[in-house]
Amino acid sequence: MDLLAFARGPALSFSLAIFVLGVIWRLVGVLALSPWNDLSPPREGAPPNWLSAIQAVFRKMIPHRTFLTAGMFTTANGYVFHIGLAIVVLLFVPHILFIRSLFGVSWPGLPNGVVFGVGALTAASLLAALAYRLTSPVLKLISRPNDYISWLLTFVPVVTGLAAAAHVGARYETLLALHVLSICAFLIWFPFGKLMHAFLFVLSRGATGVRFGHRGAQL
Amino acid sequence: MKHDDTLAAELERRGVSRRAFLKFGSYIASIMALPPSSVEALAEGLAAARRQSVIWLSFQECTGCTESFTRSFAPTIENLIFDFISLDYHHTLMAVSGEAAEEARKEAMAANKGKYIVVVDGSVPIKDGGVYSAIAGVTNKQMLEDTLKDAFAVVAVGTCASFGGIPKANPNPTGAVAVSELVGGKPLINISGCPPIAEAMTGALSYLLSFGKIPELDHLGRPKAFFGETIHDRCYRRPFYERGLFADGFDDHGARQGYCLYKVGCKGPVTYNACATMKWNGGVSFPIQSGHGCLGCSEPNFWDQGGFYRPLPTPLGAMGPALAGAAVAGAALGVGAALSARRHQKTYLASLEKEKE
Repeated sequence: MDLLAFARGPALSFSLAIFVLGVIWRLVGVLALSPWNDLSPPREGAPPNWLSAIQAVFRKMIPHRTFLTAGMFTTANGYVFHIGLAIVVLLFVPHILFIRSLFGVSWPGLPNGVVFGVGALTAASLLAALAYRLTSPVLKLISRPNDYISWLLTFVPVVTGLAAAAHVGARYETLLALHVLSICAFLIWFPFGKLMHAFLFVLSRGATGVRFGHRGAQL
Repeated sequence: MKHDDTLAAELERRGVSRRAFLKFGSYIASIMALPPSSVEALAEGLAAARRQSVIWLSFQECTGCTESFTRSFAPTIENLIFDFISLDYHHTLMAVSGEAAEEARKEAMAANKGKYIVVVDGSVPIKDGGVYSAIAGVTNKQMLEDTLKDAFAVVAVGTCASFGGIPKANPNPTGAVAVSELVGGKPLINISGCPPIAEAMTGALSYLLSFGKIPELDHLGRPKAFFGETIHDRCYRRPFYERGLFADGFDDHGARQGYCLYKVGCKGPVTYNACATMKWNGGVSFPIQSGHGCLGCSEPNFWDQGGFYRPLPTPLGAMGPALAGAAVAGAALGVGAALSARRHQKTYLASLEKEKE
């Protein structure tokens, strides 16, 4: 079995199984906890809990004006690489084919040149995020190995994907195999590291929104 | 034609001018990516070459490789080179059969000790002592070992000989192996493909005759000149791939427009061969030009890559059962974790109540 067959076969099957197991484990583990039960009456005019939760999810996407200037780089750069990753993952035709093979759904993709450009921008943005983390005294202080591993396992698939697309550094099938293997590592780490925020941010923001809304606090 | 005739003498007899021969030398040098300075050396080497004894062994094969070489559409200098070599043993092409054929092989081996080239098409079965394929009562493995002893070089023609091919595909009932596993230290050239391109064979043979050594090979033992680039790299449909224009089936709008066949399983991006540049039938067409994706036939294990119509980025094998099992296991673990947390919470609240009392 060559490296590409190993990556597309056993490695991908194993990592996808771990990903599904881990994500469902953590989501069910959170959702099946005892419901929050505040016995105090809600503040007069307080929105229903579900509305507070949805409002919190969206309102927190833009920092409060108090922190807007101070957190401008983090916010803007965060948007660049999150949107960049979404475009690269969801609108590159080979990725759409991969998703179709798993779920049976597909949609039109973007021309390769556009995706490669977005991929390069995303890689640069991720590097900038790391540089900021390493130079900001506060961020550096609160950073843990979990943060760096999560960054690395996000960055490597982007770089190996770009290298495979540009045929740089090795034969195409080797680069493709390395790209797939880097995604395997990403999938295995995802549920157990900070990458899980991709799912948990909705729950944590929603829970905060419900508590604040119940007490009549402005979000 | 005598054995001590040179190729130049033979070509002259057939009315091929020196100018035409030099053009052919340039062509071979060009397709093998040799520097311009080597054209004259190649032509001179070829002109002075004596008739080369070739023993062609056909093992677990379909004769497609021989068909490919013998169905040239027009007489060319390449054909003349095929005519020029002394094909002393070849099941399909030789006039004699049975004992006489085997005698011819042994005579050629004795007369050209250390000089003859062995061409092999087909894989070699080695399971159960190699009983699954035998010629004149001799197993393929034994015949290959006997013939290789005094050979100058070996050329494995076709994917079966180069990498095991279809006979080696799962579950490989005969224990088929590639020739490379049995040649020991003999110089070996793999000309893979199902079937291989005739010009790749001619080019490799011309190089051997001219320079007396094997050409530069890739990590799979194939001449880099023919197997140095992927079909995708040289495909005329590549611009459609870059623009994101694909055929989703073999009879849709994209297929009629000649868009890229990546989505319908083309293996061009991971297949190294010269199909897209040299093409077939005298440069008329090649599979992708005819509307079908590349099967990857010149690569090892091409038969076991999950299916010809499965796109490259998709996982190999069925994922459904594994993912369903993982989802059930994950849900069970999640419920277990939540129940455990609830129990902890209750115990903690009870202890607080107790403290109050």
